[in-house]
Amino acid sequence: MSMTFLNIEFLVASAVGLLTAAGIYLILRRRTFPVILGLSLLTYGVNIFLFASGRLMVNAPPILNKYAEVPYTDPLPQALVLTAIVISFGMTAVVVMIALAAYLSARDDKIDMPHHPEDEGEDA
Amino acid sequence: MSLFLIAALPFLGAVFPALLIRAGRNASASAAGLTTFLAFVGLMLHAPAVFRGEVIQVGVDWLPALGLNANFFLDGLGFLFATMILGIGLLIILYARFYLSREDPMGQFYTYLLLFQGAMVGIVLSDNILLLLVFWELTSLSSFLLIGYWKHLPEGRQGARMALAVTGSGGLAMIGGMMILGHIAGSYDLSVILQNKDLIQASPLYLPALILILLGCFTKSAQFPFHFWLPHAMAAPTPVSAYLHSATMVKAGLFLMARLWPVLAGTPEWFYIVATTGLVTMLLGAVIALFKDDLKALLAFSTVSHLGLITMLLGFGTKIAAVTAVFHIINHATFKAALFMSAGIVDHEAHTRDIKRLGGLRHLMPVTATLAIVASLSMAGIPPFNGFLSKEMMLEETVHTLWGGSHYVVPALALVAALFSAAYSFRFIGHVFLGKTRDDYPAKPHDPGFGMWAGPALLITLVILIGLFSAKLAGPLVAVAAGAVIGGAELPYYSLKLWHGLTPALYMSAVAVIGGLILLKMHAPLMRAWNAAPRPEAKQIFDAVMRTLTKLSQIVTDGLHNGAITRYAFLMMLFIIGISYYAYSTGTVATPTRDVQAIGAIPAIAWFCLVVATLAVVAKHRQRQLSLVLIGVVGLVVSLGFNYLSAPDLALTQLSVEVVTMVLLLLALNFMPKDSPVEAPMWVRLRDGGIAVVGGLGAAALIYALMLRDFALPSISEFHLANSYKGGGGTNVVNVILVDFRGYDTFGEIIVLGIAALVIYALTEAVLGTRVRAYLLNRKPDMPQAGDAHPMMMVVATRVMMPLALMVAAYIFFRGHNLPGGGFIAGLIAAIALLMQYMASGFSWASERQRMFYHGTIGSGVLIAAATGLGSWFSGSPFLTSAFGYLHWAPLEEFEWATAALFDLGVFLAVVGAVLLALESLARFAWQPGISSEHAMDINPARDDAAEAAEGEA
Repeated sequence: MSMTFLNIEFLVASAVGLLTAAGIYLILRRRTFPVILGLSLLTYGVNIFLFASGRLMVNAPPILNKYAEVPYTDPLPQALVLTAIVISFGMTAVVVMIALAAYLSARDDKIDMPHHPEDEGEDA
Repeated sequence: MSLFLIAALPFLGAVFPALLIRAGRNASASAAGLTTFLAFVGLMLHAPAVFRGEVIQVGVDWLPALGLNANFFLDGLGFLFATMILGIGLLIILYARFYLSREDPMGQFYTYLLLFQGAMVGIVLSDNILLLLVFWELTSLSSFLLIGYWKHLPEGRQGARMALAVTGSGGLAMIGGMMILGHIAGSYDLSVILQNKDLIQASPLYLPALILILLGCFTKSAQFPFHFWLPHAMAAPTPVSAYLHSATMVKAGLFLMARLWPVLAGTPEWFYIVATTGLVTMLLGAVIALFKDDLKALLAFSTVSHLGLITMLLGFGTKIAAVTAVFHIINHATFKAALFMSAGIVDHEAHTRDIKRLGGLRHLMPVTATLAIVASLSMAGIPPFNGFLSKEMMLEETVHTLWGGSHYVVPALALVAALFSAAYSFRFIGHVFLGKTRDDYPAKPHDPGFGMWAGPALLITLVILIGLFSAKLAGPLVAVAAGAVIGGAELPYYSLKLWHGLTPALYMSAVAVIGGLILLKMHAPLMRAWNAAPRPEAKQIFDAVMRTLTKLSQIVTDGLHNGAITRYAFLMMLFIIGISYYAYSTGTVATPTRDVQAIGAIPAIAWFCLVVATLAVVAKHRQRQLSLVLIGVVGLVVSLGFNYLSAPDLALTQLSVEVVTMVLLLLALNFMPKDSPVEAPMWVRLRDGGIAVVGGLGAAALIYALMLRDFALPSISEFHLANSYKGGGGTNVVNVILVDFRGYDTFGEIIVLGIAALVIYALTEAVLGTRVRAYLLNRKPDMPQAGDAHPMMMVVATRVMMPLALMVAAYIFFRGHNLPGGGFIAGLIAAIALLMQYMASGFSWASERQRMFYHGTIGSGVLIAAATGLGSWFSGSPFLTSAFGYLHWAPLEEFEWATAALFDLGVFLAVVGAVLLALESLARFAWQPGISSEHAMDINPARDDAAEAAEGEA
């Protein structure tokens, strides 16, 4: 390939890769806040991935033109990703709330549970 | 009455006893009784057809793809069992009304009982083995509730758990067996399976299927070595024991063996497994029963023994043995239910079931004594009662049975079992009712009221009448039921009568009776020997096994699931990378078919910003506020990217979601530490970095490869583009997909969003109800405060912007169907407009001035969307079919109306409600006394007017 890396596909793919990598790294941290950040980054990566699975086009929005025959980009991934964006907002909100409630209750924002020796109890 | 209704009636009726208990115990019991009676009458209406030999079938395809059909059929066997289940059920309901004390929650009892009854009726009427399995599991669950009904008794809870563990694991095995059986026969419908005897018995899978199904039957019917749960289930109230262990639960296993008899029986495997198990169980149960002092334990082991007897008969595989089995099922149900109820009466009146403390009761409770003695004699096999008839037929059969080449094994062991059976029956009579009246009963025993002995009395009448007029009374029922068991083949010659002449069986019966009397005479020394002899205690073994299993599962669970979420995430990533690599290394990659597209300088700069911001988030993630700002940059570039790549709707959505998410995260961060400490050692960070890089490279390579190739298969997107305007009436294809083509998804989505908001609200309520509230009220800010919490500039600006923002929201909403926009985006913008007021003027001030009830907003959004969807039913179209048209109003341009807009309104409301409820909940954490102000700003602009007015006055 004689071209430089300055093409849409490469930039989008590299952005997906970078967001995914950053997301994974932050998800593996041990405090709630970085994990939430990681989930957000991973969400961006996944959404762009899904979006790009419809192949990329510039200046071809899926808004039907009554007056001319013009190309349209694939609308289906867009609809799916729109849903995904809203749902991931809902998920982030719940996760943030859980993290906050856990922090306020335990005054600790580690995501790993402290290991208790199992208390054996059988109801007799 | 339709078979559907007969099977459904107990389930439908199960609601009423629990509800009607408020109206009194009689109302509750009547509801249960009436339900059962109705089902019984419905069943009896089919009796003439069944006795004519017809098979009644009804069915609907439920999940045809799985072969699961709601098919029911009623033949002789089903009729016999359904009659017993409903008939004895009716007697039990009457008996329980008087047996249960005032402290027992009777409504619950009848509800459980009806659930159980429904499950049993379902089993015996099912024509589909998958449906049968569903009912089978239901009996395990509902019997668990019944056995553990006295929750305060540890024995009750343990007995219930044991029964559930044993019958439940048997059920699990049976699922496997039934699956194999259905696989061999090519259908899960019993009526088909029953026609395929040769196919099934020739299959190499016959033996595994047989063993698995028998495991289910043996556990349910308490066959050795699974018999131990039944005596422990005696901790249940006596009506439960009488019902479960005479006519229903334990008979389910026998029923299934009888049901599948035409296809499974007749092979050596069947004979040796089933007949041997039955024989051993019969012998073991009878021996143990003799040495039990608890009345109910004696009856429990006697039940085990009789179940073994019937199993053995089914195992013989001959037609005449099957007839005998059916006959004994009827007889056992009658005398055993009566015996359990009598034992319950003794317990109820004398306050003990210990045989050692009883005796001489015949004078104190003559009615009960008469009933119990007749039932016991029938159980012992004394003429002229019905137990004698079937027992003699059984002994006759054993004489003709060859086991392992020997003519003597089966009859000899059966004789010993019969002998012990006679002995414990005599003991039940001799040591409880006969003998001297004592003066040390825990309570003064006397006969109970009519309601309590009516049930047993009716059964005893049957015991006597069937004994005397067997051919007339029981003959037709035995004939149709046995006919069904042997699969419609011609019935063998048999005669149900007391006197068959001087047959070997008669001699054996005589030996059994005499031997039984001798055994009873020697009972005291035998009992001492029994107690001295070492023997395995089933409960201890069971408990040890359960303990080991619990330990094992604890080790496995704790090993895998130790609470270290970081580790789960790490393993998950490894796994994903692993299977991705596997997929890559085993798949093929096509050659690229698409060219890359050149890019301009400005988009490339935006990309550069994204890269820098993302790297900075990772590098600076310990400084939480900074990383929030940086992640905002990422979100912004992503929105711009969507816009550049022809996705204006996505860009708008991403942008508005970004705003809301940032506010949310800032609110949360306010209460959390502002820094993350360094915790993981360097090698862990390097390891995570390595995983992250591999994962990122994989994702990038995959999407890059994807983008350079065309679709392998035609996409459905063309359909959406072509039909968006014609079918959905909109030119914004993305919006039409959301509100029309995939409207159902969107409907689900707004519900999910609403639920998420409600979860947040509920969590807030829960957390603020704990000591966290005190902490928050006294909390000191951990950062320097601005000193100007509600700046005047911001308050004024947001007030000006509020109507504008709402106008934009309305505009975006209305144009959404044809141009970028729609309910989601409009909802987010409207939410942001309101949010600005909260931010500028403070939570307290703003919430006092807005009257929206967010729960209601979410709810009305979902309801409007649902109503729009349902509206399409009126025009005979499926859920969520949209309609649209165009209107001309003189001064305006042509505009469109579409029901989809109404649906989008629902989406709009749900989004506004959900976003605001979530943020409002978080904001409530910040409330502290003194934070509320009557002014929107820290500085009240009206003070100058007030000062001027004061000056003017002065």
